[in-house]
Amino acid sequence: MNLFQEAALVAGKDLRIEARARVISQQILPFGLIVLLLFAFALDPDRGVLQRTAPGLFWVTVLLACLLGVSRSFTVEADNGARDGLRLSDLDGSSIFLGKAIALAVELLVFEALLTVGVVVLFDVHLASLLPLALGTVAATVGLAATGTLYGVLAAGIRARETLVPVLLLPVVAPVLLGATRAWEASIDGVPGDAWPWVALLAIFAVLFVGIGMLAFGPLLEES
Amino acid sequence: MSDRLMAPVARRIVGVAALLALGALVAVGLFVAPPDAVQGDAQRLMYLHVPAAWLAYLAFGVTALGSALYLWPRTRSAVWDRVAGASAEIGVVFTGLTLLLGSLWGRPVWGVWWAWDARLVTTAVLFFLYLGYLALRRIPAALDVRAKRCAIAALIAFVDVPIVHFSVTWWRTLHQQATVFNPELDAKIQGTMALALWLGVLAFTLLYVYLLDHRYRLEVLDEDREERELEAAIADRVQGGTPSREAVGATS
Repeated sequence: MNLFQEAALVAGKDLRIEARARVISQQILPFGLIVLLLFAFALDPDRGVLQRTAPGLFWVTVLLACLLGVSRSFTVEADNGARDGLRLSDLDGSSIFLGKAIALAVELLVFEALLTVGVVVLFDVHLASLLPLALGTVAATVGLAATGTLYGVLAAGIRARETLVPVLLLPVVAPVLLGATRAWEASIDGVPGDAWPWVALLAIFAVLFVGIGMLAFGPLLEES
Repeated sequence: MSDRLMAPVARRIVGVAALLALGALVAVGLFVAPPDAVQGDAQRLMYLHVPAAWLAYLAFGVTALGSALYLWPRTRSAVWDRVAGASAEIGVVFTGLTLLLGSLWGRPVWGVWWAWDARLVTTAVLFFLYLGYLALRRIPAALDVRAKRCAIAALIAFVDVPIVHFSVTWWRTLHQQATVFNPELDAKIQGTMALALWLGVLAFTLLYVYLLDHRYRLEVLDEDREERELEAAIADRVQGGTPSREAVGATS
């Protein structure tokens, strides 16, 4: 099996578990929508604040969901000695990383798609330029999934991981929040020219951290 | 395995030199250098702020170097892990100090405690990046497991800093342009003021070396203590007695 077949195997496993356990659809998605409601309570829906800040609120919500997704992705491996199974599976560290990151990215993309509907409906946002918006979202999501999976395995096996992962992950993904929010703002304002540099930054971030993850995941999994 | 970075005599010399340089900095910075034409006495905070920032970068650079040397199989040694950890701790303290001093200076000069300027935001993110690293270091684990885990985390943080800086600079820029470390390396300030700045850089660098050695030694002692506690716990268990309280604490 080559790298991508192995990765597809791991991603398929994670996605199958999620499809059956329904944690994403029944817990993380409602969580995202509740956060949107809370933003409306906090920021007064009448003055247009929500509409103006929608991109930032959207991506903060995605970050929070990403933390839950990372935690979920490695809780699955903690039960029944599944991590030992992974270690003994003779799969390459890089492909396990890719597989888990792909699964997390797919889950986040589903979450983001539905959250976008929520933002459009609840915050009255009009998405003007769809192409930079979509590409920026995909690049940001890949970056988040890669860093999330990397820190997930770093903290796997640590008892305090639920509190440790946010403290490690959030500062690292600060540029993603910044870039994705700016890309969304430009896309909503209908100035795609302003969005493209941010999309490029997000793409560089994604490529960089996919690379680091593929290198570091194996050694980290061995010792988790 | 080496227990010390420096001979005790060398450390003492560095310590005394740091103390003398700090004394000279106080004298030049507070009394010899004239007050700034525009900023008045508040500008004197720069004699601490700039060296503290320099030290933070130096310390994190050393952490990255130590982590890389640890991960490289040929140079793998617990020495590099301890250097990385000790340096990061000093770096976090001085990053915090940089932010604090900058804030104290910003209030009279800019009129605000905090501004959403590129360099401020980058420094704040830097602070939290390495605060996370220190949190990771405190998690108990076998020494080599912890060392590898932390080295990777430190390198990720190091790679992330330029991206953070770049993205935040795009986002907004308002900070004063660098005065001493400008591209031409031509200090645009009055003589004694420049002297005070350079004295600050020297004093803080000496202080860094001194603290690094102390912190390194502390780490060695800490590892030693853990090992002894573990041995005591094992001895207790072998004798079949109930383990003592310390021994339980050491193994859990």
